[in-house]
Amino acid sequence: MADLTSDFLGIKSPNPFWLASAPPTDKEYNVRRAFEAGWGGVVWKTLGMEGPPVVNVNGPRYGAIYGADRRLMGLNNIELITDRPLEVNLEEITRVKADYPDRAIIVSLMVPCEEQAWKDILPKVAATGADGIELNFGCPHGMSERGMGAAVGQVPEYIEMVTRWCKQYYDKPVIVKLTPNITDVRKPAAAAMRGGADAVSLINTINSITSVNLDSMSPEPSIDGKGSHGGYCGPAVKPIAMSMVSEIARNPDTHGLPISGIGGVTTWRDAAEFMALGCGNVQVCTAAMTYGFKIVEEMISGLSQWMDEKGYENLHDFVGMAVPNVTDWKYLNLNYIAKAVISQDDCIKCGRCYAACEDTSHQAISMSADRVFEVIDAECVACNLCVDVCPVQDCISMVPMKAGEVDPRTGKVVSDDYANWTTHPNNPGAVAAE
Amino acid sequence: MPDTTTPGLAAARLGRDELKANFADLHEPLDPHEAAVAADRCYFCYDAPCITACPTSIDIPLFIRQIATGTSEAAAKTIFDQNILGGMCARVCPTETLCEEACVREAAEGKPVEIGRLQRHATDTLMAKQAHPYVRAASTGKKIAVVGAGPAGLAAAHRLAMLGSDVTIYDARSKAGGLNEFGIASYKSTNDFAAREVDWLLGIGGITIQTGKTLGSDLSLDELSTDYDAVFLAVGLGGVNALSVDGEDNSGVSDAVDFIGDLRQASELASLPVGRDVVVIGGGMTAVDAAVQSKLLGARNVTIAYRRGRDRMSASPYEQELAASKGVQLLFNVQPAAIHDGEIELAYTDGSHETLRLPADQVFKAIGQTLVTDAGLALDGRKIAVDPNGRTSRKGVWAGGDCASGGDDLTVTAVAEGRDAAMDIHATLMGGK
Repeated sequence: MADLTSDFLGIKSPNPFWLASAPPTDKEYNVRRAFEAGWGGVVWKTLGMEGPPVVNVNGPRYGAIYGADRRLMGLNNIELITDRPLEVNLEEITRVKADYPDRAIIVSLMVPCEEQAWKDILPKVAATGADGIELNFGCPHGMSERGMGAAVGQVPEYIEMVTRWCKQYYDKPVIVKLTPNITDVRKPAAAAMRGGADAVSLINTINSITSVNLDSMSPEPSIDGKGSHGGYCGPAVKPIAMSMVSEIARNPDTHGLPISGIGGVTTWRDAAEFMALGCGNVQVCTAAMTYGFKIVEEMISGLSQWMDEKGYENLHDFVGMAVPNVTDWKYLNLNYIAKAVISQDDCIKCGRCYAACEDTSHQAISMSADRVFEVIDAECVACNLCVDVCPVQDCISMVPMKAGEVDPRTGKVVSDDYANWTTHPNNPGAVAAE
Repeated sequence: MPDTTTPGLAAARLGRDELKANFADLHEPLDPHEAAVAADRCYFCYDAPCITACPTSIDIPLFIRQIATGTSEAAAKTIFDQNILGGMCARVCPTETLCEEACVREAAEGKPVEIGRLQRHATDTLMAKQAHPYVRAASTGKKIAVVGAGPAGLAAAHRLAMLGSDVTIYDARSKAGGLNEFGIASYKSTNDFAAREVDWLLGIGGITIQTGKTLGSDLSLDELSTDYDAVFLAVGLGGVNALSVDGEDNSGVSDAVDFIGDLRQASELASLPVGRDVVVIGGGMTAVDAAVQSKLLGARNVTIAYRRGRDRMSASPYEQELAASKGVQLLFNVQPAAIHDGEIELAYTDGSHETLRLPADQVFKAIGQTLVTDAGLALDGRKIAVDPNGRTSRKGVWAGGDCASGGDDLTVTAVAEGRDAAMDIHATLMGGK
């Protein structure tokens, strides 16, 4: 039986599934429910400085993108950090941590970029007994207009400066939460590392407008006829998040820096994928907001079953295993040649592969009068579009050619030697393969 | 060669291939893609009504989500945790009046999530792939007798064995399984599923089955109470209610349950005789199972005669439709007045005093079953009286399933009662109460 116990920066939790700093972790009531449901940890919703709390809009805070049958694919929000008094949050954190010593509680923080502000709040957080802090350098809406959140996360020097203050005035682990609203995520991650961060967590939400009401001409969510960009999250952002995670994991400057993976984690499989890309644990928000806290039961049973099937006993047996396989395009093997194969037994004759290939790709699928669709090997570049648009799983597959066979498209013999763009004769900058 | 027009009782009215096709799975199993599409329709409702509607309280949204995320084995475990006979229940449960009736998509669209078929997909996946998934707790040193190897007895025995006790199951028949093995239409349990499920369930260890032992003749409750730390009675209802009309003893008149049992045990469907004109008396699932199977064996005319109106019929609308779709005629508000040679006389119960006669070379009785022995226990109506924990009037003796009071006479109810009685037996024995 797989052991799901997680040790992230020395912070123990019974499983690697934490709730991200967000509405589900804003109050003691919610967090207790989360722990009762089985979540391994929470990052408490971001606290701001002492004094009158922020205020939120009183109209819709969320907008959504749906798949068919209203499956929620993406969610956007314009909610700010906690709008409850600092003292109330601190008292609640203290109580919950005392009652759940085996669960992780991390406190998310966002105060102005002034040393004194951090110096003031950190001892108060330390007094709660929480296991660590997460610096919210990611919120893309509202707070960023006031020089906080993503406004900090977009300036590596600020990240480094604030992280250093936190390491100076706080003893426990410091996690820096990164915004994806930048051009190269490696830069802020490296800055966090230079500042002494124990880990980074990513991604925070992505600038977004989910839809436009074509009657009122207002972006959604609409507040009295106006909208503002919100932060996009949910299943739709997972590919973006995984790419950013992998860049940090494989960058020599930041390789080995612990990562907490965030972005559309909905099932055990999503979690396993993030972890294979180097994340020590994952944080979840949208899935819990969509389906309730109970989804963690599926995450636990699913990850456990998969680990058993693979023979992984502990999380560190597979964390980071996919990182060496993330590479630059120029290192991909250009001698690897595949062809699409359509299983006539499985084909339902819808013709979507044909439309995709004939209209938009390589004219590599033939169609007979009685709707038989077959791949023309002499044209097929193995682009995979037919596989991607086919409604029947595993009906079309990409079959690698064997060494020694002749690729009917190029007339060349397939080689099992590895050869990439760096040595390709067409590359003006090609270097000798010595 | 006989055919559907041959008068009287005759075997092999249909060809072997046609019989085989007729008795194939009523519902084909879902393939993985169909299962994924069906699972995708579940909304993962909060405090889901389907769970409440399930007598064994299976966490349906969770197991469906587990199927959706590619872990059907974990889904099966979620099912078996609550209902160790989840494989059979997936086949025979009247889901249309239980979980699927409660599904919010039934209310919204008239098209519920296919919970029963998804449950079968999950349980079949695990049973095909893996040996028994549970291990026994440390031995309690307790010995428990279970009388009756049907769903209630098997569920109780499994739970007790899992909790560390040793169990002996006694059953009057030659084979374990109870009504799962002898009392359910063949097209609901193909490929000898009931027997395979029993074998799989026994994989937990610690359970011995002794067949051919009948309570009252081979076994006495006094002896069992002396020899074992606790006794669980799950003997079912072995007797069949009588019609009490002239001609009931005619050769063409028999019990529907025996017909269903013979059919299940038959190695060759073409060897089973069936009438050309068959009349089934009753209005429950047994009546439908007997009628539909008569039709599938090649009877020309099959009629279900029920003494009340359609709305009172205990066979669900789904079962009624199934019967009608197979060509069975449903007659309401009629009861038998007399059985003549080759004919049945039915009297209308609507106060008209009219009668009608139908050709009938075979008549099946399916008007309910009765307890064979009360074993000296207090009764509640015609069943053994039990409290909510399954305790009978005698200390150390529990009862559940069809023989005990309360609950519908369904496989899934029997499983719940067996499981819950086992928990109470365990708590009682270990707590020394």
